Amino acid sequence: MARALIKVPPSARRGEVIEIRALIAHPMETGYRLDATGRPLPRDILRRFSCRYNGELVVGAELHPAVAANPYFAFSAIATESGTLTFTWEGDNGFAQTETVLLAVT
Amino acid sequence: MPMAAQPISRGRRRALATGAGLAASLVVRPAAAAEDLAAAVAAFTAGAQTRAGKVTFDVPALVENGNAVPVTVTVDSPMTANDRVAMVAIFNEKNPERGVAQFAFGPRAGRASVSTHIRLAASQKLAAVARMSDGTHWAAYVDVVVTLAACVDGDPV
Amino acid sequence: MTRAATVLVVACVALAGAADGAADGRRTGFDDLSPATQAMQRDDAQNPGMLWVAEGEALWKRKDGTRDLSCASCHGDVAAAMRGVAARYPAFDPTLGHPVDLGQRIEQCRRERQGAPPRSTESAELVALETYVAHQSRGLPIAPPSDPRLAPFVDRGRTLWRQRIGQLDLACAQCHDDNPGRRVGGSVIPQGHPTGYPIYRLEWQSAGTLQRRLRACMSGVRAEPYPYGAPELVDLEAYLAQRAAGLAIDTPAVRP
Repeated sequence: MARALIKVPPSARRGEVIEIRALIAHPMETGYRLDATGRPLPRDILRRFSCRYNGELVVGAELHPAVAANPYFAFSAIATESGTLTFTWEGDNGFAQTETVLLAVT
Repeated sequence: MPMAAQPISRGRRRALATGAGLAASLVVRPAAAAEDLAAAVAAFTAGAQTRAGKVTFDVPALVENGNAVPVTVTVDSPMTANDRVAMVAIFNEKNPERGVAQFAFGPRAGRASVSTHIRLAASQKLAAVARMSDGTHWAAYVDVVVTLAACVDGDPV
Repeated sequence: MTRAATVLVVACVALAGAADGAADGRRTGFDDLSPATQAMQRDDAQNPGMLWVAEGEALWKRKDGTRDLSCASCHGDVAAAMRGVAARYPAFDPTLGHPVDLGQRIEQCRRERQGAPPRSTESAELVALETYVAHQSRGLPIAPPSDPRLAPFVDRGRTLWRQRIGQLDLACAQCHDDNPGRRVGGSVIPQGHPTGYPIYRLEWQSAGTLQRRLRACMSGVRAEPYPYGAPELVDLEAYLAQRAAGLAIDTPAVRP
């Protein structure tokens, strides 16, 4: 389990645009860096990220090695009803992680 | 516009030729890299032309370290059910691979804007391309200057 | 023009538009950052160093070692217990007879009180704990103890700071005292005040301690770096804390 930090407002008014920020610890090893003997360090990156709101997609991303280490994404959603925001990251070497955050909408 | 589209003037060619072998490498590499960027954008748009406008690509002009460059792509769109941004893709010119990231905006998306941190191997041109729900593509290009950190470790730790 | 005024003018000219430094002309690494990197540091949602703070928080609560204790078992709430601590390190350790830096103090505490195995202060676990503890002092001024036992070590640190080393035959002072604000290899030379350690260094793509940074600088002038834990590194840290006294801690800092 990688350390992840997610910032979502704890509550929102119906119709409000809410800012969502997600940061996860991951080296995003590109596969182009060489070790001390000159051999490439094997690629180990996150490939996909998604944020869903009560199951429906907010933002989905396909990632290349040019995404920086400890990937950060900021985007927005429209608060419609209370529910769950689900964040998933998938990547090389079977990496898969899901975090959920509750959103209260009044 | 990609650099490869512009012909090299006779005066410039003469000036470059005096640099002999060095000039050859200076001329060839940027042109090839710019074509790859154009090709990557064309692959994303399935050959369709991109239009200028609607896309704001916020990238710092000068970067202290290419390992983490904060960027924001914002598209001018009402984001209604019938008039919205479907995808935003970021491409580069001089990294080992052209693609950086592609973002799809789902039905729950708010504003058509996304921020992330990207890696830049060298000073270069970047492209942000938006695909709209009506099938049109809009693009913004920026040039970034990347400096490198001084005092690099001998060992990884 | 006096040297201090010259330094101030050079710094201002080289960094037009950057944030102002302290009233006495001292500038932190944050003051020298581009606006984009400053924004990255200021935003806790975006500052990658906060991942190490989060990791440290988990470790603070985790029982470990042969005594099966967590940091919290003895220290309780981190904010109450650790606020102001990082500001007064390096501190003199009477048992050892020399100063220790914060990372060494944490490692010692874990080993002696938790019964945890010895670990490098640059190990992921120790860097996370140190970042978490130092973060509790964010906003507080660096306040080196006025402990006379520290004086000979601070003096040795000052001597090391001014000593030419390496194939490039450069002393720390020549860049950081005499030429801050100018550029070397495209990067701005900072004055070298360690306000934000452990930092998230973009070059490392990871968080690391002041000892790691000092070693990197020594490699930069083609000198053999002192090994981790060397007394010379702690002496330098003690001197740098004196030199930076009064500047606000901003851990976790983001630096190029």
